[in-house]
Amino acid sequence: MASEQQYIELYQQAREMIFSHAPEVMNAVRDQAFEDFRQQGFPSKKVERYKYTDLQKLFEPDYGVNLSRLQIPVDPYETFRCDVPNLSTSLYFVVNDMFYTQSQPKGHLPEGVIVGSLRDYPELIGKYYAKLAKTSEDAVTALNTMLAQDGLLVYVPKNVKVDRAIQVINILKATPQNAQRQVPDLMVNRRVLIILEAGAEIKMLFCDHAADDKNFLATQVIEAYVGDNASLDLYCLEETHYKNVRVSNVYIDQHANSRVNHNVITLHNGVTRNKLDLTFSGEGAECACYGCVIADKEQHVDNNTLITHKVSHCTSNELYKYVLDDKSTGAFAGRVLVEHGAQKTTSQMTNQNLTATKEARMYTQPMLEIYADDVKCAHGSTVGQLNDAALFYMRQRGISLKEAKTLLQNAFINEVIDKMQLEPLRDRLHHLVEKRFRGELNKCEGCRLCK
Amino acid sequence: MLEVKNLHAKIGDKEILKGIDLVINDGETHAIMGPNGSGKSTLSAVLVGNPLYEVTEGEAYFNGKNLLEMKPEDRAHEGLFLSFQYPVEIPGVSMTNFMKAAINEKRKYQGLEPMNAAEFLKLQREKRKIVELDSKLANRSVNEGFSGGEKKRNEIFQMAMLEPKLSILDETDSGLDVDAMRIVAEGVNKLQTPETSCIVITHYDRLLEMIRPQFVHVLYKGKIVKTGGPELAKEIQEHGYDWIKEEIGEE
Repeated sequence: MASEQQYIELYQQAREMIFSHAPEVMNAVRDQAFEDFRQQGFPSKKVERYKYTDLQKLFEPDYGVNLSRLQIPVDPYETFRCDVPNLSTSLYFVVNDMFYTQSQPKGHLPEGVIVGSLRDYPELIGKYYAKLAKTSEDAVTALNTMLAQDGLLVYVPKNVKVDRAIQVINILKATPQNAQRQVPDLMVNRRVLIILEAGAEIKMLFCDHAADDKNFLATQVIEAYVGDNASLDLYCLEETHYKNVRVSNVYIDQHANSRVNHNVITLHNGVTRNKLDLTFSGEGAECACYGCVIADKEQHVDNNTLITHKVSHCTSNELYKYVLDDKSTGAFAGRVLVEHGAQKTTSQMTNQNLTATKEARMYTQPMLEIYADDVKCAHGSTVGQLNDAALFYMRQRGISLKEAKTLLQNAFINEVIDKMQLEPLRDRLHHLVEKRFRGELNKCEGCRLCK
Repeated sequence: MLEVKNLHAKIGDKEILKGIDLVINDGETHAIMGPNGSGKSTLSAVLVGNPLYEVTEGEAYFNGKNLLEMKPEDRAHEGLFLSFQYPVEIPGVSMTNFMKAAINEKRKYQGLEPMNAAEFLKLQREKRKIVELDSKLANRSVNEGFSGGEKKRNEIFQMAMLEPKLSILDETDSGLDVDAMRIVAEGVNKLQTPETSCIVITHYDRLLEMIRPQFVHVLYKGKIVKTGGPELAKEIQEHGYDWIKEEIGEE
């Protein structure tokens, strides 16, 4: 029956092993997380924010969890080449849920900047870890906190600007190279903590790849503290495969006059659920949250956002676009909450969707909840098909129906890609999106692990 | 070039074309006039294969090939071009990408390699001059934010790029000021060769004074009821259509 039972038992049996292979700061909140998880269980579809994705079912299968932290021998720098042209990034790897430390890019980071493992810097981490991601409010966050044993720390000190983008490749790999025996499907629990002090700036790109064809279940919790005047670009690109389940919870806390650009791009996946909780806790802050989804076959993508305007004079912008083909399912539920006294709030939420077949399904639910009386908020949503008049116009000029569709779908998605701040990445994504629509993109482009 | 026999077509349950016969030879220009709702635009739409219309009877041959069996894109590849009465805006698709796709698909159909970028840009530059189209429009989305005149000139620009054998101009003069009309007409004339033909659908003889057709047809209630020389257009301009309706036995 209830799928949470196996995780409860796992924790009870393996508690000591989990503790012994994890840093103290992460252990400090673990038992509480377990209690919170046990009390909540996985949410049913009757829980408002989980209406469109059946979590109980996703967590039901029996996955292996690497609690004793066995290293899966792989040198990602050797086997992985990400070919985002002209984008020289500082490249880091997280193999399953372990921060890869064996070799790292040579010092491009400015003084004081940390890109490291959650196993180090306990004092710093202790101040921030698991504060935004409250285990009492979300079962997946609780589960992640209870099982995560490692993760990524990004710290940028006051007024330091990191010019070079930080690229983190999340590689999912269950089978060691030259494996002799069958390995189980794998569950991983990724954890990321981003701390930007006042005036700090950083651009981060997370790419999710699956490196073998096992079934994967990845939970992820990202917590980001964005200090006064700080600026964070957080791009998440998923290119996994149809056997992959991703449940991601992102928490962002924005202080006064800070800026956040958050893009979530789903090009290939199995079942994906992305939750974003963004809070404005200082005046004058701005965020732009964009997402695009290209899904076909029986893929499922659910983006769920909550933007809370706690204080006045903040601006939030959301644009999510989906192209759904075959029997794929998309869901977008966005809520903007303007609290009492958060005057002069500006907020725009848009969700636009194309369904290419009769079987594709889109659920869209834009919501505004406003307790202030001097705000400018708008929300809108559309679900439709490609414009027949435009298709015919193109065919009359000799463009085949298939090519015409590709051009129009591309144009539709490009509105989101064009909002990207990182120009080389933008070009690269235009290229990837086009290939995706042409069916030429097989899992992860440029990732030799998959081939 | 084009041979249409007893063509009938309907949209939904409404029959609009009720037996069109039309023969167009190489190098000829034909004008089609007629009161509103007589089926002029339907005729052009059916010829280029708009899926909204259904052909119920009749035949149409284009240089010996059965037009009605061809997909719209193949009709275009064979050399059929329609200048739309209402050009469609396509947000997000740039003019350049649009034209490049069109040219290269045609070349693929003809068994040619895609045109390289430098050649393409040169061609685009040359053809743009024919209709005095601003080069800035090349980077804009197809027809998006174009003025009425720009849209029509853009149609003729595309015609110049694709070098069709038979062009159908569906009310290309509507909504144009005198100067724009002159530019469009001159553009069309420059593209005329002894091997190409043209069908001009219009309400006014002003355009016909500039694009001199050899034949003028009057389409009424889904049939061609009268055919004459250029003088017919003048008569219609002066006297309207009532006298033609009387001739065929209607008041």
